[in-house]
Amino acid sequence: MLAQFLQFLFSGITVGATYALAALGFTLIYNASNVINFAQGEFIMLGGMLAVFFAQSGLPLPAAMLLAILVPAGVGVLIEKLAIEPVKGAETVSLIIITIGASLVIRGLAAVGFGKGTFSLPAFSGETPIDVLGATLMPQSLWVLGVTAAAVGALWYFFNYSLAGKAMLATACNRMAAQLVGIDTNGVLFLSFALSAGMGALGGILIAPLTLTAYDVGVMLGLKGFVAAVLGGLGNGLGAVVGGLLVGLIEALGAGYISSAYKDAIPFVLILLILFFMPRGLFGARLTERV
Amino acid sequence: MRTSPYIGLHIVIAILALLPFVLPNSFYLDLAIRMAINAVIVLGLNLLIGFAGQISLGHAGFLGIGAYASAVLPTHFNLHPLLAMGVGAALAGLLAALVARPIFRLKGNYLAMATLGLGIILNIALRNEAAWTGGPDGMPVPALGLAGFELSGDRQWYWVVAALLAVSVWASLNLIDSPFGRALRALHGSEVAARVVGVDVARYKLAIFVMSAVFASLMGSVTAHYIGFVTPGVADFFHSIELVTMVVIGGMASVYGSLIGAVLLTALPQALATFEGWETVVFGAILMLSMIFLPRGLVPTLAARFGRGA
Repeated sequence: MLAQFLQFLFSGITVGATYALAALGFTLIYNASNVINFAQGEFIMLGGMLAVFFAQSGLPLPAAMLLAILVPAGVGVLIEKLAIEPVKGAETVSLIIITIGASLVIRGLAAVGFGKGTFSLPAFSGETPIDVLGATLMPQSLWVLGVTAAAVGALWYFFNYSLAGKAMLATACNRMAAQLVGIDTNGVLFLSFALSAGMGALGGILIAPLTLTAYDVGVMLGLKGFVAAVLGGLGNGLGAVVGGLLVGLIEALGAGYISSAYKDAIPFVLILLILFFMPRGLFGARLTERV
Repeated sequence: MRTSPYIGLHIVIAILALLPFVLPNSFYLDLAIRMAINAVIVLGLNLLIGFAGQISLGHAGFLGIGAYASAVLPTHFNLHPLLAMGVGAALAGLLAALVARPIFRLKGNYLAMATLGLGIILNIALRNEAAWTGGPDGMPVPALGLAGFELSGDRQWYWVVAALLAVSVWASLNLIDSPFGRALRALHGSEVAARVVGVDVARYKLAIFVMSAVFASLMGSVTAHYIGFVTPGVADFFHSIELVTMVVIGGMASVYGSLIGAVLLTALPQALATFEGWETVVFGAILMLSMIFLPRGLVPTLAARFGRGA
């Protein structure tokens, strides 16, 4: 009984960490530009796929992972420069279509480049499961949680103690005011896309040894990351992390105790219920509409 | 601003009437039928997105309700296909009415999330309830007929769908010039201002959402009968996006834009078939490019260039 519960808990938190990283990616870009980046899931896919690709071409795992973070970050910057900056201030629907277009391009290129098969990445430190009160914990899960925690910590430090981070926060608060005090808001936009793509890719790499990866895994992972970001209240970094872990946890518990066939539907049922009662998510700021 | 909206309607009817006589073969006739079906759906969706300003990223879910009502009810319950179509539309309308109030308190990206979630839940349900729906493989749909007459062959289908499209264009043109249409455009401009001048915002949002859901469900049924087979793909996220893209590329809040958008995006996959394997890449690139260079959509942009309202 307890063992079973723990088992669901472990798998929920592990997947939840990936959702949290994706949700942080959504939040970073949303704060810098008010854009919901529907290509976020493709960065997760790219991270996992590129790590496999670089590792198979003979690079040591750490180097392969680093490259698998840097390349998607570059792709993110490219999207920002080519497709987001030229259309500043466009309607929400147009922006959604642009980022979906970008996600199709990335997914299509991945399908051409890597093929449509499924791939797996070797676990970072062996496959010997650890026994915890009757439940099994994969060492990779610890890697996922540890690295995610470190990344979130680094991000927190960045926003609170570095000039660039504070510039990003200021831009999120009020772009015009930030520009007036001399903050390079385009630079902020650039940085937010790079960071957010890198975060997503990191999540994709970490989870790849546990779940197989393929050219089309980004769709669901991205959408659930979006659910997590909205759950925590769009634009709220802490909310994104909590939202991600909650979505992972509730999905795992729901799949275990209610119905595994409806596993993918659970986050969406959850977000609909939450939005019905809390229209701005759990930690979203209350806004007054100005006329 | 507008000379006469009906000039356009006459042109549409003339094109629809002449088309079957100039199309070289049944391949193009089939394409024309699918364009017309999509055009009707997009007209309904444009009323919601373009005129009322409420985004829906889950509209294919309502299409799925209609398509599967037409497949499941006659197969498992021996219901007459026309009755099944009606039940599907009623179900879609009921669901839309149930969720409309809580959903339309949301705005912008939150609304996008909620409608997206609704569509995905419907899609997953269709995939999972294999005993009823045939699961991911889908199921056949019986033919559509009335009193011994059975609709068959591309030509018969063409005239039915063309008539539906002409009626929908006429109805949409009338609707947007009615008090109802003006109320929708008012709440798009500013909800608070609309409320101040006495528009019951919540009621109008509900009405237009239900209407576009019923439109979508009916056309889902028509599609299912025409193709003779349904798969859960009809209700998936990507199909919802395709529909929204048709609205936006043709032109938001433009009746004729809806038609152009539906025609272009239905033809596009056929045109891209030559790119073997690269279709997705090219399709995505076209979406991005058209939004970057024609953010207002084709018809409004062209209309502005030639100095006329659309």
